[in-house]
Amino acid sequence: MGPTNVTDPRYYHKVVDCQWACPAHTNVPQYLRLIGQGRYADSYLLNRESNVFPGILGRTCDRPCEPACRRGRIDETPVAICRMKRVAADLRGDVTDRLPTAPAEKNGKRVALIGAGPSSLTVANDLLPLGYDVTIYEKHHHPGGLMRFSIPSFRLPARVIDEECGYIIGMGAQMKYGTPVTSMRALLDEGYDAVFVGSGAPKGKELAIPGRHDAPTIHVGLDWLANVHFGHIEAIEPRVLIIGVGNTAMDCCRTAKRLGATDVKVVARRGRAQFKASPWELEDAEEEGVAILENHAPTRFIVDNGVLTGMEFEQLHWSTDTSGRQHSTVVSTTAIPCDAVILAIGQDNALPWLERDLGIAFDAQGMPIVDRATHQSTRAGVFFGGDAAWGPLNIIWAVAHGHQAAISIHLHCSGHDVSHRPAPGMTLTSAKLGMQSWSYSNDYNPSPRARMQHEELVRRFTDVSVEVELGFTPEQAAREVQRCLNCDIQTVFTDRLCIECDACVDICPTSCLTISPVRGSEDELRSHLSAPALNMDQALFASGPLPQTQRLMVKDEDVCLHCGLCAERCPTAAWDMQRFDLQFAYAGAAPGSAPLNAPEGR
Amino acid sequence: MTSINKPPVRHPSDRRNAIGLTKADYEGGMSTLCAGCGHDSVTAALVQAFWELDLPPHRAAKMSGIGCSSKTTGYFMRQSHGFNAVHGRMPSVTTGANAANGELTYIGISGDGDSLNIGLGQMVHAIRRNVNMLYVIENNGVYGLTKGQFSAAADLGSTSRKGEVNEQAPIDPVLLALTLGATFVARSFSGDKAQLVPILKAGLSHRGFALIDVISPCVSFNDHEGSTKSYAYVRGHEVETVATDFVPLRREITMPESHEAVTTVQMHDGSRVRLHATAPGYDPTDRETAYRHARACLDRGEVATGILFIDKAGRDLHDMNRTVDTPLAHLPFDALCPGKAALDALMARYR
Repeated sequence: MGPTNVTDPRYYHKVVDCQWACPAHTNVPQYLRLIGQGRYADSYLLNRESNVFPGILGRTCDRPCEPACRRGRIDETPVAICRMKRVAADLRGDVTDRLPTAPAEKNGKRVALIGAGPSSLTVANDLLPLGYDVTIYEKHHHPGGLMRFSIPSFRLPARVIDEECGYIIGMGAQMKYGTPVTSMRALLDEGYDAVFVGSGAPKGKELAIPGRHDAPTIHVGLDWLANVHFGHIEAIEPRVLIIGVGNTAMDCCRTAKRLGATDVKVVARRGRAQFKASPWELEDAEEEGVAILENHAPTRFIVDNGVLTGMEFEQLHWSTDTSGRQHSTVVSTTAIPCDAVILAIGQDNALPWLERDLGIAFDAQGMPIVDRATHQSTRAGVFFGGDAAWGPLNIIWAVAHGHQAAISIHLHCSGHDVSHRPAPGMTLTSAKLGMQSWSYSNDYNPSPRARMQHEELVRRFTDVSVEVELGFTPEQAAREVQRCLNCDIQTVFTDRLCIECDACVDICPTSCLTISPVRGSEDELRSHLSAPALNMDQALFASGPLPQTQRLMVKDEDVCLHCGLCAERCPTAAWDMQRFDLQFAYAGAAPGSAPLNAPEGR
Repeated sequence: MTSINKPPVRHPSDRRNAIGLTKADYEGGMSTLCAGCGHDSVTAALVQAFWELDLPPHRAAKMSGIGCSSKTTGYFMRQSHGFNAVHGRMPSVTTGANAANGELTYIGISGDGDSLNIGLGQMVHAIRRNVNMLYVIENNGVYGLTKGQFSAAADLGSTSRKGEVNEQAPIDPVLLALTLGATFVARSFSGDKAQLVPILKAGLSHRGFALIDVISPCVSFNDHEGSTKSYAYVRGHEVETVATDFVPLRREITMPESHEAVTTVQMHDGSRVRLHATAPGYDPTDRETAYRHARACLDRGEVATGILFIDKAGRDLHDMNRTVDTPLAHLPFDALCPGKAALDALMARYR
């Protein structure tokens, strides 16, 4: 293993586990520190650069950052990253005068965006400040897409959506509300310079089993949630079964409880370990009295004279074969009485309005063929993102797609190859203020993860729009910030300065460092560490040969606390703590000189 | 100094030893020595050795005098007994403590100034008496605490940081101890824990005075060109004369086949020390060859390291004085203080 190339921004980026895991690469440690300093507006705006919707995501994000959080490997619970974003949003005050604006003089390029959901709005957010004329086609009368229609307002209040969508639309997007695109051909004929399809995956999956269409109280989850949102449905029968156990199922069961259902059961085909719903959503649903049944596969609806009376299930036993695949065997058959059923077993994109002879190719599954890096379809100038591209993901992925598509649209419209994408850069700034004094709080705070305050159960059921989570107090937030290990404050090593005194190796609380006499492959180095390498997903840093003995300084990044003690005990400043700032490329950055693959992690 | 205490988090693989302690349980306060001081590495090696030997901290006594080195007893085994003596008087205080209670493990930490200058007269007598203790000299060749004057360990011709040349011959603690009849004499280097830890373990298992001269560079005042106690000089001039494997009683380690001559020494507690001499004809149980070799290395400007001499036949302080095994504190009162009649009888023997 040669010296680690730390001039490649990906090395230090990967050390910041949360930022690496985030599809939009939000600079989490820095925004947490800003919250800790009470600089909520600065924190909000830093968030907004990458994830565009901090208030919305601070309540609803699927939080890929949290399972990745290094703190979770130290004391089992990660930093409450997601809900801290909400703190910044809740306490930011008025930031309108600090938001990006569109120039008065336009660049003459016209772009059409289909759907006013998170991916399209992100494209608009990135292109409007560059002078684009952006038109957004939306079939409903409000922006937000599935964020508005399928996430119930007790989780995400409408005012939050209005505000954050408003920031983008306010830059001058031309909104065509109540205008569903009915023909892609007609849209293309209008001569836009680029078209972005961000129409989502709005079609709930069907369950083709006997009795599906024999009773009126069997609903498709997404449609049912939208009907509740529009006020078309205000009540539901007492006994309700939810089929499926994703986050839509969680929204359905909790909404049903608020519409008068007294006995709500979520029924899953598989065991709990395979549930798609986020653990915290499951927790909240169970707290509200929803029962969750595992290992039940639906076989038919029991309908008596047009009235649903129950549903029949096969009880399954799952076993794993030698290749790791799971197989089910039927143990027994059981009937569960109910008055209504809501199907929440997945969703598809729906592009019936997209003619198949426009040069936009589709695969055998009926999905458009879209380049993973450029988001361009097989027809130049037509781009896809969000759930419309590769099926349902979540909001933060839609935002990430929007940023990449905006880059492509800008390259396309300015005559560049869309595969020559701008490369990310980085800055490293020493965090040293003086002897043993740093520009960040390097002490370890053993506090447990902050607990979210919830609205009382009785109040929750009075109105479907009573927000359940109350957010953290500033005091809670300040303490939670201290739990962050500041992984972006990197341990930067200069091999020529090292005198091999062992001070860093001796002081490191988590035995991350080794001065290794072994020089060889990464595997060989890993087998000669001070403490065994337990997490092969984490990078190994290896220096060049050290001046006195030609040994290597090796660091296992796995459980580094970024406490800076190595740098404090280093007599020659061979170790320094430096703040890493990823300069992620957005639309408008100079194009790259060579094709760049899709960013890591997708 | 550090701005924070060591966070109480350890690597997930951190294990407990046979008495249920983690390495962190053998640590002490945060060091206030200069960053990069060799002494902190010696501390880390001691912590490792104690942990590996399953030493109960409450059955140990940390003894020290004055100097940078003597501060280091604060940085390990916070649950042990200890005594911070007057400058250079640690050997005498330890002799007294050992006479009163021979059951504790005595860990004396001293420096070249504390042992070879002000405390020389104390140390040599502790060697003669073969007090059962580990005696570590953290040897950096200078008075670090008073800004780098030459100590008695400074080699002829070596220079101070400002360029002054030392013209007085050094006192070499290894040669000195060999001439005084020391029963365990070793030298090591703070920058080489793979060598230092087994030597410390062997020294702790030795019954008698175990002298370990550890070259421990002073980064602030003696790590420059012209120094013979710098990291770079020691790395360039170290001659590992005897390589050490420490084999504890409870664990048998199979060694790879080797054609080198291996001397196995059974220690008092049943553990064994295997010594591989690299120099041809070197016998670490023969005082004469050890002295000649160490002397020759000194003349060549080389640093001979390893357990250079070991004699487990030597009798310690208690053997020579035929004193009672039981700690005085545990003796029944009438045995400890047998009364006037016993004193009169004793006095009668000298009339």
